[in-house]
Amino acid sequence: MDAILLQILNGLDKGSAYALIALGLTLIFGTLGVVNFAHGALFMIGAFCAVTLSRILTLSFTTIDPERTDFLGNPLKVETPYVESWFGPEIGTAIIDWSVPLAILFSIPIMAMVGLVMERGLIKYFYKRPHADQILVTFGLAIVLQEIIKYFFGANPIPTPAPPAFSGSFDFGALIGFDPNLIIYPYWRIVYFLFAGVIIGAVFAFLQFTTFGMVVRAGMADRQTVGLLGIDIDKRFTVMFAIAAIVAGLAGVMYAPINSPNYHMGMDFLVLSFVVVVVGGMGSLPGAVLAGFLLGILESFASMAQVVALLPGINQIIIYLVAIIILLTRPRGLMGRKGVMEN
Amino acid sequence: MFGLDKKDTSLFFLVVVLVALAPFLLNPFPENSELAQFNAGYPDLMQRFLIFGIFAIGFNILFGLTGYLSFGHAAFLGVGSYAGVWMMKLLTMNVIPAIFMSVVFAGLFSLLVGYISLRRSGIYFSILTLAFAQMSFSLAYSVLTPITAGETGLQLALDDPRIIGVSAVDGSIPAANLFGLPMRESFELAMGGWLFTFNAGYYLCAVVMLAAFYVAIRIFRSPFGMMLRAVKSNQQRMNFTGVNSKPYTLAAFVISGMYAGLAGGLMVAMDPLAGAERMQWTASGEVVLMTILGGAGTLIGPVLGAGFIKYFENIFSKINDNVLYEWFSALPDGLADVLVFVIHPFIGKGWHLTLGIMFMLIVIFLPGGIMEGIERLGRLFSRKKKSETPSRAAPAPAE
Repeated sequence: MDAILLQILNGLDKGSAYALIALGLTLIFGTLGVVNFAHGALFMIGAFCAVTLSRILTLSFTTIDPERTDFLGNPLKVETPYVESWFGPEIGTAIIDWSVPLAILFSIPIMAMVGLVMERGLIKYFYKRPHADQILVTFGLAIVLQEIIKYFFGANPIPTPAPPAFSGSFDFGALIGFDPNLIIYPYWRIVYFLFAGVIIGAVFAFLQFTTFGMVVRAGMADRQTVGLLGIDIDKRFTVMFAIAAIVAGLAGVMYAPINSPNYHMGMDFLVLSFVVVVVGGMGSLPGAVLAGFLLGILESFASMAQVVALLPGINQIIIYLVAIIILLTRPRGLMGRKGVMEN
Repeated sequence: MFGLDKKDTSLFFLVVVLVALAPFLLNPFPENSELAQFNAGYPDLMQRFLIFGIFAIGFNILFGLTGYLSFGHAAFLGVGSYAGVWMMKLLTMNVIPAIFMSVVFAGLFSLLVGYISLRRSGIYFSILTLAFAQMSFSLAYSVLTPITAGETGLQLALDDPRIIGVSAVDGSIPAANLFGLPMRESFELAMGGWLFTFNAGYYLCAVVMLAAFYVAIRIFRSPFGMMLRAVKSNQQRMNFTGVNSKPYTLAAFVISGMYAGLAGGLMVAMDPLAGAERMQWTASGEVVLMTILGGAGTLIGPVLGAGFIKYFENIFSKINDNVLYEWFSALPDGLADVLVFVIHPFIGKGWHLTLGIMFMLIVIFLPGGIMEGIERLGRLFSRKKKSETPSRAAPAPAE
């Protein structure tokens, strides 16, 4: 029982990331009808927003402290981050420690800009082109974005720690009545899961309860009619693209402490997220979220020692296997709408 | 001739001549001149041109004709490579059985993958092939380690049985050969300042590639090829007229898988080792790039694309800031600095950035690839008013 619970928990954080990326992919596909292979790159850019902010915050100036000496006997050089000198040491250190959560605010305008530029500058011209062309051009864009990041940040993963308040683990099992030390779970993963829940909820609420969201949903159902009613649906779809970019970016920002960002993390997630979207059903938002969590949890179950002993290698291929089975038996995916990309 | 019409015959002979004389043509600069670094006439690179050319020709039979965009073709190349190395481990160092079994195994594997993937089309097909390729890649790294040697890659060893051949010659692993002619053997011809290398392996690749190219021409011009084009233009209508398109697409898929296996087998013949990274989806992406860059659906385009990418990959990785400064030495210092600063991200390790940008530009402005560019240039200069529309159409997805 405790083993099962542990695997479910382990699957949640990865599942959250899948769900967030797949949600963005589905938003783009459902509104604009574009298959965006560059979505993984947006996730990666989000993670590098966190890296950038923490670098900006730790920009330091060097002073020489004549009273102390380093081990060579020279006067000690003290590096003080600007933030600390402006806000005092306590607040300054706190700001630096909390750089990842702060990066959420920092990344939203950046991701929105990236999304708008991408849609207006490139993807706009591909609505009428075949899906294969859309895949190809966004694939090329993904390579370009990835290489740009590699140029500026190098090829190595950059550790980006979570705030110290969340850095440890806690005994989740003891909390709900299991023996202590059975289910140890890092705080940050819980934070990530809750964060993903909030974002997903916000997106759904936005679509469900605002006029803007209503128009977008109407446009997803029948774009032409909405256009005929005199609503500039293209403009709203562009905004939705930006929102999808923000969702992917935020998923990346918060994922930075879990997995040190490197330039190809987007590609790694992209393939899996596409699988998630297809399993959930092309164009279905709840399907994408559900499939994201489901596949994340399934993956973590498959990597249990007992399962791997029984079926070696299953942890590596489970997601693809599920995708193949789903695609062949239920072409519409778990919650796909009837008639949307069914063949 | 050979069952080809006049135009195709001349194209084929042009390719034969180009491939046969490549050691001359690709070495236009004297050995010790400044420009020698732009030479491509050394065996390793020329072999890669041809091998990836074969790979791209095969991919083009699927994508160019039927419009099915596979993102998992590298898996077949990988399977072919493994099969080839195993033949060399078990049977003999002669490359013929290795290449033959590479094609067979890649064909069987593509039959399996194709049979399942082709039940869907469009984006789903792409994702299914991608899933299969990633699965093979992960398995090659983990469970199948006894067969694939995991991360180290499959290599020859001294104690391999090699039933027909010999395990070891003078205490070292025997070289890959064709009935006794080592693949590594080269004949070097020095003429004035030039040094031309004629490599046995290259000419083996050349013969295989020409055969593969010939088969591709025949497929393009056959009724079967016509059927595949029909799949691309409108599969639904084809089905409504009572034609079952599945056998045709499956045949195209298997043929292109066998081409990939052939390329994998040749890779092994030139350099007897195989690694799982050959199967990764970025490798599949590369062959897509080559085909699109050259021109999907054209005969010679994919070969051009493969050569183009491999050549510039090689050149760009060699250029560094010092080379740039040498080039710009005539310019004033400040200007040279600026130019080097601007160009720096695109050279050396930044080659992929250049490739990505180039690829995007091609997809956006020139969906027909290099071939369309040549066609447009030709029309621009000939100024002939052609009443017929260009026969080549942009690749459309199979819906």
